[in-house]
Amino acid sequence: MLFEIKNLHVSVGGKEILKGFNLSVNEGEIHAIMGPNGTGKSTLAAAITGRDGYEITEGEIWFKGKNIMEMSPADRANEGIFLSFQYPVEIPGVSIQNFMRTAINAKREYQGLPNMPMPEFIKMMKEKQAMVEITAKLQNRYVNVGFSGGEKKKNEIFQMAMLEPQLAILDETDSGLDIDALRIVANGVNQLHRDDNAFIVITHYQRLLDYIVPDFVHVMYDGRIVKSGDKSLALELEEKGYEWIKDTIL
Amino acid sequence: MENQNIKNTQKQFIEYANNSMDKISANDTPRVKQLRQDALKRFIDNGFPTKKMEKWRNSRMIECVNEDFNIDRIENKKHDFCCVIRELDTEAISLTNGKFAEEEQLKVLENGIVIGSTRKAMQEYPELFEKYFGTCNINDNNGFYDINTALWQDGFFIYAPKNTVGEKPIQIIKIIDEENNPFIQTRNLIIVESNAQLQIIDCDDSIKEQSSFVNSYTEIFIGENAQLENYKLQNLNDNSSLLNTNTAKQLANSRLQTHTISFNGGKIRNNIHVDIDGEGAECNIYGLYLVDKTQHVDNQLKVNHNVPNCNSNEKFKGILDNEATAVFNGHVHVAPNAQKTIAYQNNSNIILTDKAKINTLPFLEIYADDVKCSHGSSIGQLDQEAMFYMQQRGISKENARMLLMYAFAAEISNNIGIDALRERIDDMIKRRLKGELSSCENCVFQCNTPKEYDFKIDLSKI
Repeated sequence: MLFEIKNLHVSVGGKEILKGFNLSVNEGEIHAIMGPNGTGKSTLAAAITGRDGYEITEGEIWFKGKNIMEMSPADRANEGIFLSFQYPVEIPGVSIQNFMRTAINAKREYQGLPNMPMPEFIKMMKEKQAMVEITAKLQNRYVNVGFSGGEKKKNEIFQMAMLEPQLAILDETDSGLDIDALRIVANGVNQLHRDDNAFIVITHYQRLLDYIVPDFVHVMYDGRIVKSGDKSLALELEEKGYEWIKDTIL
Repeated sequence: MENQNIKNTQKQFIEYANNSMDKISANDTPRVKQLRQDALKRFIDNGFPTKKMEKWRNSRMIECVNEDFNIDRIENKKHDFCCVIRELDTEAISLTNGKFAEEEQLKVLENGIVIGSTRKAMQEYPELFEKYFGTCNINDNNGFYDINTALWQDGFFIYAPKNTVGEKPIQIIKIIDEENNPFIQTRNLIIVESNAQLQIIDCDDSIKEQSSFVNSYTEIFIGENAQLENYKLQNLNDNSSLLNTNTAKQLANSRLQTHTISFNGGKIRNNIHVDIDGEGAECNIYGLYLVDKTQHVDNQLKVNHNVPNCNSNEKFKGILDNEATAVFNGHVHVAPNAQKTIAYQNNSNIILTDKAKINTLPFLEIYADDVKCSHGSSIGQLDQEAMFYMQQRGISKENARMLLMYAFAAEISNNIGIDALRERIDDMIKRRLKGELSSCENCVFQCNTPKEYDFKIDLSKI
């Protein structure tokens, strides 16, 4: 088992958002998590990555046989957990090249490896950039500054490609994307998908799942998973709407 | 109690002036002598400024006058001081405790540029003193300015005659090495005549941890089509007080760029005043202050657009840690006839603790109706969204913090026009952000750090 969440309860500002969430992810799998707004999907991503202000009151999170709940956000990232942000942050004054180089070398240091030699790094930048069809010269641009919505999301997938995580969480990666950008992003994810890594795709709509085909679909409602199935569940959900889920669980 | 102490200090200065004026003014030109007497009269009437005055309300400089100073027993020392900014080739002069060593009072460089002692220059170039000395306007006329004008004894003089171009930057190294709480005054004059070009690096450093008060006043004249870049680096110990006034006059199509960079120092007040008196002139006034502990930096700026078609740009940035405090007052005045003025001013701050404090007041006063002016200020903490974003990519919290602070400060240092200096300042910013500079006992320019400071995360490509 690569990743496991057991009976997770998370509160934000004293209000319980996740109420006994369970999930098991094996290597090579793609899981989709769907559900209406305000049901706790983004809270789940924040709790897994260790964001401040998300208090875990009960439950456990295991990754590669380690309980990661006491780890810092950076250590969790360096263990191999990556979050593609719903709203990627602009960082004026920090170039993408330097940001990535700092991140890659942080991970290598964590693994006890020396820094990546510069030529190797530059080569890698070029390859991964091409993969997500980023044509602009990234090295001198500041992280996400002046990027369009689509460019920001492509930049997330680019960073994912650079850091080669074992578990990638895509939080509403399809929001704000036109059909071309959606295809590029999905194509990037599919190229990165291997037997030894896994994806959790958080999405509101089934549209993205036409391109990134999940092995499992989970439907969240009120802080927990209420229904799981294969990819046909997403289609059924699309057809019947979230009201149908509410009706089936009540 | 405080008032009584300040009154005592004033009395001390006045007594000293009465006893020493004849000796101090023995070689003055008539104009300089008259200015001394007028200034002394004003000082006797008005004394030092008080916190009741608007421009001094948030300043902590006044607290520093609350002491017994050593005015007249200041030793004339010579330091064999060599600047270790590698690959920075400058024409350097140095003052210890506000004075030049005897043998290097005034020199004429090959290209005709004159650098050296103000006192000596007054004797050699009296006509320049009659024409320029004491003719700059000053933003807030006050007791510090008066006491400087009345009692100055030396300072640096830089004169670039018409059409001269400085081959190397001119570096002024000012060292304080004196016990017994000295009150050191320097009076400086920079004249850049028409079509001349000059770069000046002006460093204030202290050698030991002794307390001191420096009251420095510099007049700057920039002729038509002339260009001046002036870099002020302030790196003093925590017991020192520095009051630094720069007033400039710019003629048509001239260009002035100043950088005021404060890394350390107990209390610093920079008073920068620019009068733009000729059309087509441009000034860029940049500042950066990185302060911690109980350090205090106060930047007072005034730009007067007196004629049409000129640009001014003020940009000051600060990072405040611990219980550090700072003040920014930016004032741009656009005269009724100064149409087509473009003026920007901005002050941004990052406050790292609850106890650090900034008072910022950008201010535009516009009497013309066809101008482009804007001002802004911001005070914030490090962007928590950006902090988490970086940590999620594996960058430690500490490195993420530094990366953000460095990016913030680098916006100012990127404008430095001398490569070796920019690299060195860059280095100092990194060291400062790592907390290593403030713990440096001696002046940073003397320590033997490698040129490329080994930063854990490589920031060199930002």
